[in-house]
Amino acid sequence: MKLEAQQPKLSLPVSPQRDHIRGNPEAPLTLLEYGDYECPYCGRAFPIVRKLQQELGDRLRLVFRHFPLNTIHPNASIAAQAAECAAAQGKFWEMHDILYEHQHDLGDRDIVQYAMKIGLEIYRFEADLSSERFVARVKEDFKSGVRSGVNGTPTFFINGTRYAGPPEIGAMLEALEQAAQESV
Amino acid sequence: MPQDTALQPGSKAPDFCLASGPESKTSLADYRGKRVVLMFYPADWSPVCGDETVLYNEILPDITALNAQLLGISVDGPWCHEAYARAKNLKFPLLADFEPKGAVARQFGVYREADGISERALFVIDEQGIIRWTYVSPIDQNPGADGVLTALESLNQGASV
Repeated sequence: MKLEAQQPKLSLPVSPQRDHIRGNPEAPLTLLEYGDYECPYCGRAFPIVRKLQQELGDRLRLVFRHFPLNTIHPNASIAAQAAECAAAQGKFWEMHDILYEHQHDLGDRDIVQYAMKIGLEIYRFEADLSSERFVARVKEDFKSGVRSGVNGTPTFFINGTRYAGPPEIGAMLEALEQAAQESV
Repeated sequence: MPQDTALQPGSKAPDFCLASGPESKTSLADYRGKRVVLMFYPADWSPVCGDETVLYNEILPDITALNAQLLGISVDGPWCHEAYARAKNLKFPLLADFEPKGAVARQFGVYREADGISERALFVIDEQGIIRWTYVSPIDQNPGADGVLTALESLNQGASV
């Protein structure tokens, strides 16, 4: 408890207008992830987050924000932009999933293939990606993470407070259940 | 506790001159008129440092926009720093507090005698060479970058940090 109280808070609140939300938008629990599509730890967390959503169902909404560490992951930023281009066609989460399922193959050609596979209008997708129109959005996500005390990926926030435990199903479920009790 | 020995805001930052590469040297005085973010970290290659140096590399444009220069510093030698910076694609100088080992870390009060490495510590130094913000993080914890940015922004507003 004490530990949680000292954890940083989310500097940019979740907003349905700007954020990508999966699950019940009115859910009492929010799990927000700052992630990088090329980060192996995020890759390992991906099935855990899916499992959490299965376990908690309508009680949980997921939010994903980009935190690409291009210094060590050269494809992270372009992958994040690709997810935003997919969002422009209403398919953010489809792209999100396929990127994490293929995080070792994030070259330009791979990404276009994923776009086709999830049924995006491909000319529009390619035009959006090459215009770099979502660079600013990805940077805004990144900055909001830095200002919220994100120091690596993945970093999770539960109802706006940084989650300090390990990215494991048991520990995360416990933290979410505790947050649920506190919010009653 | 080493935390207590770290130089505090208001102190003059001790000048130093260290290797910033196999054939180059960097002094704190070189940056007079500019702000300096001095990032002491325990060692090249250790995983947490990796995260910290990488994160700071990502926010370099923000640090530069606040009229500051970022300098990393550890007890590793210049060849080690060079290999590390290349492997991690780092775009800021890494200074070698190598001989006499940890001398600069000692001057700033952040040397860990028993371990032979420095603390994970951050100092924000102003245009006149005065320390304006000090933070010593638990050694295994990447401190993130919010504190440094907030400190630099408050210097912009002329407030005391």
